[in-house]
Amino acid sequence: MPSYISKCAGPPPLVFFSSASIVPSFLPFRFSCNTLCCWCHSFRPSLPSVSTSPTPPPLSKCAAPPPLSDSSSAADHVVQRHHRRSTLSLHSAMSIFGGMIARKFSSATTRSLHVCVVGSGPAGFYTAEKMLKAHKGAEVDIIDRLPTPFGLVRSGVAPDHPETKIVINQFSRVAHNERCSFFGNVTLGSSISLSELRQIYHVVVLAYGAESDRVLGIPGEELKGVHSAREFVWWYNGHPDFSNLTPDLKSTDTAIVLGQGNVALDVARILLRSPKELSTTDIANHALTALSESSIRKVYLVGRRGPVQAACTAKELREILAIKDLYVNIKEADLVKTSSDEEEMKNNRIRKRVFELLSKASTSRSPSQSSGQRELHFTFFRKPDKFLESYDKSGYVDGVHFEKTTLKENDSGNQIAIGTGEYEDIKCGLVLKSIGYKSIPIDGLPFDQSKGVVPNIKGRVISSSNGGENEDGLYVCGWLKRGPTGIIATNLYDAEETVASISEDIEKKEVTSQKAGREGLVHLLENKKIKFVTFGDWEKIDFEEKKVGSLKGKPREKLATWNDLLEVTTK
Amino acid sequence: MFISKLSRLGAQASKALSKAPLTIPSRRSFFPIVQNDSLDASSRKLFSTTTSQEENEDKQKISVTFFDKDGEQEIKVPIGMSMLEAAHENDIELEGACEGSLACSTSHVIVMDVEQYNKLEDPTDEENDMLDLAFGLTETYRLGCQVIAKPELDGLRLALPAATRNFVVEGYKPKPH
Repeated sequence: MPSYISKCAGPPPLVFFSSASIVPSFLPFRFSCNTLCCWCHSFRPSLPSVSTSPTPPPLSKCAAPPPLSDSSSAADHVVQRHHRRSTLSLHSAMSIFGGMIARKFSSATTRSLHVCVVGSGPAGFYTAEKMLKAHKGAEVDIIDRLPTPFGLVRSGVAPDHPETKIVINQFSRVAHNERCSFFGNVTLGSSISLSELRQIYHVVVLAYGAESDRVLGIPGEELKGVHSAREFVWWYNGHPDFSNLTPDLKSTDTAIVLGQGNVALDVARILLRSPKELSTTDIANHALTALSESSIRKVYLVGRRGPVQAACTAKELREILAIKDLYVNIKEADLVKTSSDEEEMKNNRIRKRVFELLSKASTSRSPSQSSGQRELHFTFFRKPDKFLESYDKSGYVDGVHFEKTTLKENDSGNQIAIGTGEYEDIKCGLVLKSIGYKSIPIDGLPFDQSKGVVPNIKGRVISSSNGGENEDGLYVCGWLKRGPTGIIATNLYDAEETVASISEDIEKKEVTSQKAGREGLVHLLENKKIKFVTFGDWEKIDFEEKKVGSLKGKPREKLATWNDLLEVTTK
Repeated sequence: MFISKLSRLGAQASKALSKAPLTIPSRRSFFPIVQNDSLDASSRKLFSTTTSQEENEDKQKISVTFFDKDGEQEIKVPIGMSMLEAAHENDIELEGACEGSLACSTSHVIVMDVEQYNKLEDPTDEENDMLDLAFGLTETYRLGCQVIAKPELDGLRLALPAATRNFVVEGYKPKPH
C-alpha cells in the first residue's frame, strides 16, 4: 500500500534524508518517499490551516509511480532509486507547474465549505445555485421533509399553469451538480435538530417557507366546510398531507373565497373550470373526481377593501375573466375611485392594469339567465364578522356574516378597511380562507410571532437571547425571511441577498473548522434509521408519475400518499 | 527506460490534472465569442462568387452587446433568435426560469437606448403582465425572451438588471420605481 504523508508545507527539497540513515548524494537530488509526496504534494492541499482529512487522498494522485518498497507504514521513508536519475530541470518544471496546480486545486478543495439548505422550494434551490457558483469549494445539501423536491412549485402552482413549473428544469440542473445533494424525507425538528445541523455544517440556510395559515379569529372558524386555501390547493395538487381532505363539493352550489390575491383566484378558477379542461392537467386524481361531481356553480371572491386594493395581478385576472361561459359580476358602484385610490394607482402599474381589467369586466358582460351557467362574483368592501352554522346540519357552515366597510387612511398613509356597522349575509356551503400563509417556528430558532418570520438582517438570523447578535452560520431565505409574499422570481433576488451576506461573513472570518458535512448527515440519519430520499429516488417518482400520466393524457399522475411515494423510491 | 518513465509520469500528471477541479478565475472575463456559423460563413466566402451572397450572410446576424456588472460582451445574434436564447448560447447569465414561455419575468433586460427601444414591437398584454412583476421596473424594460433579432436592431445594447442594482450603467439613468 502506498504510504501517505499528510503534511508538507515546504518546497520540494533537493536533498532528502531517509529515516534509516543519512544518504549522501552525489546526484543533483534524491527523492525519498517523503520527497516524492512533497513533490506531488503540490497536487494536494498544503495550507497549514487544514487538518488531516478523514480520507487522505491516495498516493495514486501523485504523478510519480508508487514506491518500490511494499513495507507499508506511513512512516517508512524509502529511497526511490529510480528518482535519482531525474534531472533538475524536470524537477523545477514540475514544481513550478505543480505549484500552479496547487493554487487552483487548493482553492477548490481546502475550502470544503459545508452548507445545508433546509427546504427545496425556489428559495432553497436559488440559494443552493448561488452558493455553488460563488464558492467553488462549497458542498451544498438540500433537505426537505417531503420525498419530493421543489416545494410550492410542485404543490402550490395551479395545475392549469404548467409553464410556471418549467423552472423545475433549472432546479434539477442544480440538484445534478456534483457538489449538491438532495435529501428528501428529512424533517427539521424530528429527523434532525437545528443544533445538530449547525454542528455538522458551516452554514445552515433555512428556507422552509410557510406551512401554516393566518387565522381570522372570528366565531365559527372551526365549522366543517371552512378550509384554508392552502389546504385546498395542497389537496388538488396531490400533497401527501392532504389527500384525505375530502372537501364537500356536493351539498352546496355556492363557495365563498375570502381574499382576492392570486391564490384566491386560483382556487376560484379551479372550482369554476370545466372538469374536462382540468382532466388534461396534472391535477390530483381524487380532486378531479370530486370536481367532476361538484355541484358548485357560484363563487364569491370577497375582499375587505376595494378593486384598487385587490391583491391579484393582471395575468391571473385576465385568465379567470376569460373562462368560457362564465358570468362575471362586478358592481359598478364598487368601481368608483377616490382621490386616495388615484394616488395609490399613480406609480403602480399592476394596480392600474388590474383596475382597468375589473372595470372592463363590469361593463362588458350581461347576465345570462341560462341555468347551470357558472357565476363569479367579485365582492368588495365586506369584512367577515362570523361564520354561520347550519340549522339542519349542526357543525357545518352555511353562510358568512359580513360587515360592510369603508376606506380610511391610517397613520402610515395606507388605506385600511373600517367597519360601518351595516351587515350582510351571503349563503354558502364551502368557505376557503385565502388571507395569507404563516411560517412555523421550531425549537431553538428565534421567531417573530407578530410578523410570522425569523428575525433577520439581510438573511442573517438575529439571536433573540444574545442581545441582537447575529446567530453564527445561520441564515434564512424566502418566505421564512421576508413573509409569504411575492412570486417565484422574488426568491432569486432574495437568495442573492442571503448568499451575499454568507459570502461576506465567510471572508471576514475564514472558515477553519472542520465539519462533517454530508458524511455527518448521512451517518446521523442512518443511525436514526431514517430512510432519506435522494434526487435519483425522486427521479423514479417523476418517471412513474409521467408514465401513468401519459396513459391518461395528463402530463403526470401525481402520487398523492406517503406510502405510494416512498414505495416507488424503494424500487 | 528513463523515457518510458518520463512518459508515464507525464501521463499520470495529465490524468491527475484532468481530475483536479481546476478553477478558472471566478470573475468572469468577457471575450467576444465568434460563432461557429460565422466561421463557416467566412469559409464559404472563399468560394462564393457573388458579393450579394456575402451581404446576405452578414445581414443574417446582428451585433448585440450585453452589459452586466462585470463588464460588457458583444455577441452576434442570428435574425429570428431571441435575446434569451442568444445569451444562453454565449454563456451570458440571463435568467430564464420559464424558458421563454411568458410565465415569468426573470429574463428582463434594459434596452439602453430609447431609439432602439422604440424600434421594438410593442409588448403584448401577456408580456406586459409579466413586466409588471419585474424587479426594478423602468421605462425601457423588455423580456429578453420576447426581443427577437431583426436587422434594424443591429448594435442593440442591453443591460442585465444586475448591472443596475448596485452600479450605474454609463449613460443610463434608472427611473424611480
